[in-house]
Amino acid sequence: MASALMNKPTGKQEVQSVRQINKELILEVNNLEIFYGEKRAVNEISMVIEKNSITALIGPSGCGKSTFLRSINRMNDLIPGARAEGEIIYEDLNILSEQINVVALRKEIGMVFQKPNPFPKSIYENITHALKFAGIKKKSMLDEIVEESLQKAALWDEVKDRLHKSALSLSGGQQQRLCIARTIAMKPTIMLLDEPSSALDPISNAKVEELIIDLKKDYSIIIVTHNMQQASRISDKTAFFFKGDLIEYDATEKIFTNPSVKKTEEYISGRFG
Amino acid sequence: MNSKTADRIATGVFVAIAIIIISILVGLFSYILVNGLKHISWEFLTTPSSNIRAGGGIRDQLFNSFYILLITMIIAVPLGVGGGIYMAEYAKPGKVTDIIRSCIEVLASLPSIVIGMFGLLMFVNVTGWGYTILGGALALTVFNLPVIVRVSEDSIRAVPRDLKEASLALGITHWHTIKTVILPSAFPSILTGVILAAGRVFGEAAALLFTAGLSTPRLDYTNWNPFSDQSPLNIFRPAETLAVHIWSVNTQGLIPDVEEVSNGSAAVLVISVLLFNLLARWIGRLIHKKITATK
Amino acid sequence: MRLCIYPIMTYFRGVWCIMEKLIPAKDRLLKSKNNWMDGELRGKVLVILCAVIMISATISITIFIGTKGLQSFIKNGVSLFEFLTSTHWNPTDQAKPEYGALPFIFGSFAVTFLSALVAAPLGIGGAIFMTEIAPSWGRKILQPVVELLVGIPSVVYGFIGLTVLVPFIREHVGGLGFSLLSGMIVLSIMILPTITTIATDAISSLPNSLREGSYALGATRWQTIRKVLIPAALPTLLTAIVLGMARAFGEALAVQMVIGNVRNLPSSILDASATLTTIITLNMGHTTYGSVENNTLWSMGLILLVMSFAFILLIRYLSSRRKL
Repeated sequence: MASALMNKPTGKQEVQSVRQINKELILEVNNLEIFYGEKRAVNEISMVIEKNSITALIGPSGCGKSTFLRSINRMNDLIPGARAEGEIIYEDLNILSEQINVVALRKEIGMVFQKPNPFPKSIYENITHALKFAGIKKKSMLDEIVEESLQKAALWDEVKDRLHKSALSLSGGQQQRLCIARTIAMKPTIMLLDEPSSALDPISNAKVEELIIDLKKDYSIIIVTHNMQQASRISDKTAFFFKGDLIEYDATEKIFTNPSVKKTEEYISGRFG
Repeated sequence: MNSKTADRIATGVFVAIAIIIISILVGLFSYILVNGLKHISWEFLTTPSSNIRAGGGIRDQLFNSFYILLITMIIAVPLGVGGGIYMAEYAKPGKVTDIIRSCIEVLASLPSIVIGMFGLLMFVNVTGWGYTILGGALALTVFNLPVIVRVSEDSIRAVPRDLKEASLALGITHWHTIKTVILPSAFPSILTGVILAAGRVFGEAAALLFTAGLSTPRLDYTNWNPFSDQSPLNIFRPAETLAVHIWSVNTQGLIPDVEEVSNGSAAVLVISVLLFNLLARWIGRLIHKKITATK
Repeated sequence: MRLCIYPIMTYFRGVWCIMEKLIPAKDRLLKSKNNWMDGELRGKVLVILCAVIMISATISITIFIGTKGLQSFIKNGVSLFEFLTSTHWNPTDQAKPEYGALPFIFGSFAVTFLSALVAAPLGIGGAIFMTEIAPSWGRKILQPVVELLVGIPSVVYGFIGLTVLVPFIREHVGGLGFSLLSGMIVLSIMILPTITTIATDAISSLPNSLREGSYALGATRWQTIRKVLIPAALPTLLTAIVLGMARAFGEALAVQMVIGNVRNLPSSILDASATLTTIITLNMGHTTYGSVENNTLWSMGLILLVMSFAFILLIRYLSSRRKL
């Protein structure tokens, strides 16, 4: 039912989709299904993601939003028994295909996780680790990229005097911004954020949110969040997932003020979830 | 007899058992150290042993023990860690993995004398080397491998999944992630396990009787050419280790001071194994501290 | 192609990133000979090789010891029946050599069972002491004690058995001192740590609800241990004992130094005896490689190998019962 709604939009939504066409698309998801062994975690969802926008995925725990997110850069490959059907089109290629070099794909579609997970190395090495692997060996260039990405992540001023100290000495919020910085350093086109601020205190949370909005001009961002205020504050479009189905996908303003599906409204108003 | 009395008697029995176990250990250690330490002197550690006369030392045996241990570890650690990486990171659940697991189980449960017999067949007779350090080290590798594989697999599995995902999500290959993120994190516990295994290898004798032999040629410690017959570094010479020495002087020796020599050797052996254990704990704690350091 | 209208993100002035994005998506993102995991493949081959070496070591040990152990029956015509059931071991008799290995097989099983009989109650008792009687300080003391016992090399056990235990038994109990009894005592101390460690893990991993349920019904600690905890942990406790027995069965030097190594069937626990491992240890170096006597030693080695497979199967059976 949900996908039927998507395919045959009401009049109001048509107006909106005209506006969408002017915007460039970065991802196109067609009939995506994801299974864990026999269990289906995501049911035939289809959606398009706009470039240089923030798309929020919301829904109660276990609704499939994180599973969907992790399939965009093939992190689900790590889970034994996980498999995806349908297609996710990026740059005219179906990234779910066997032919895709997932290592190259993940350089372009970066990911930041729920729990800050810096490497137990220095702040500097946290950023250069992947760069060195990608073939950048020159010290001056590495220094430059470290500075630029830390500045982008609004962390430079706080850490510039202790770049060679352990990243684990940073606070939780700083660690998360470092994780964002090291993803930025790879110059991805899409950034996937899996509840990036749920493990942080309110002040760090605010900083990370500010940062995400700031990143929008360079990246297309897809963010999974449990926090509906966060989704309404920062995102351009919001998708509501429930039990593996994409229930509603629309402009954030519309979802939070005048959702077309009853289930969405119930969730937004906190009646479940 | 009511249940209260029975409970009290049972408690008494368990306490008695604990006391028995502790006194066995205390008895063993005090016997070894009290009788052994008085025979340990610089001279005892640095004079060669004698087959007939009293007053022999354990210089060559001590050197051989450490040298065989070193060669064993050079072979066994890369193999074992590689096997551990395979089991933890690459093996998919299924028939092949089950077979490898069974192989590890079989290797781990083989009596060391059987491994010694296999060594005799493979590394002494088939290769035609005779009794050699290399043959002994290879037999000890077989003996030691399952332990190192298990330790490495467990340590790698204990590395938080977050770290692995962080690295993979940055577009780093699985192998490079293993090399630069997973192995360094697993290193302290692998090292601790390897040192504990080293203690076991150091005291092992049965696997060496028929592979490294019961004799040592006359060694010249100024000769550093590993291809010379008299060089201590030659890996194609027979070598009696300390543990084997204790066994051989007691069962086939002719020296009049068997008891002094064995007491001293046993003390050296036990102290070395003890040091390995302490070292393992200390290094483990040190590296753990360094990695989780807040500053 | 979408790529052409794509603005290139150049907030880094480096040349590298511009180049990267100018390559068409197909070449960037599809697997090809040039980019597909060059290092990845090498690493994978390396660790698979390690696994293969492990498998081949196991298989070659089985095959080599197997064929060598069967030679005395196939090539030298020793009767398998005689080997397993006759008590007459006299391989050096020129006129009529006899190859009855029963005394050694019996000796191996006898010391194994006897030592398990001593070590099992001690080990499980120690485990209960650590987990139930004095969980806080008892464990702190007994745990390192057990670990230190593991660390003592087997020749040291044998040597102390030889210099302390054998004379003690000779003077205070009777017989020569070299006896099944000495072997049993030395082995039971050696397998004690194995049994204690596994038994401790087994009992401490039992859910607390079991204990609470029993105490709530007014049971004493001993009743809880005997009627609830031991039955619940039984399969693992048996595994612990079997692992200890496997170690005892294969132990060579420590036993060899105290058991006396005679070729007769012992008639009492104070009689000297011999086991498969001690005969192998003693005679392997003295017999000519390839001779009938030497080959029979390999047959004994094969029995040790078969027994260690049997112990593994027994342990698997026990752990499959644990899951039920």
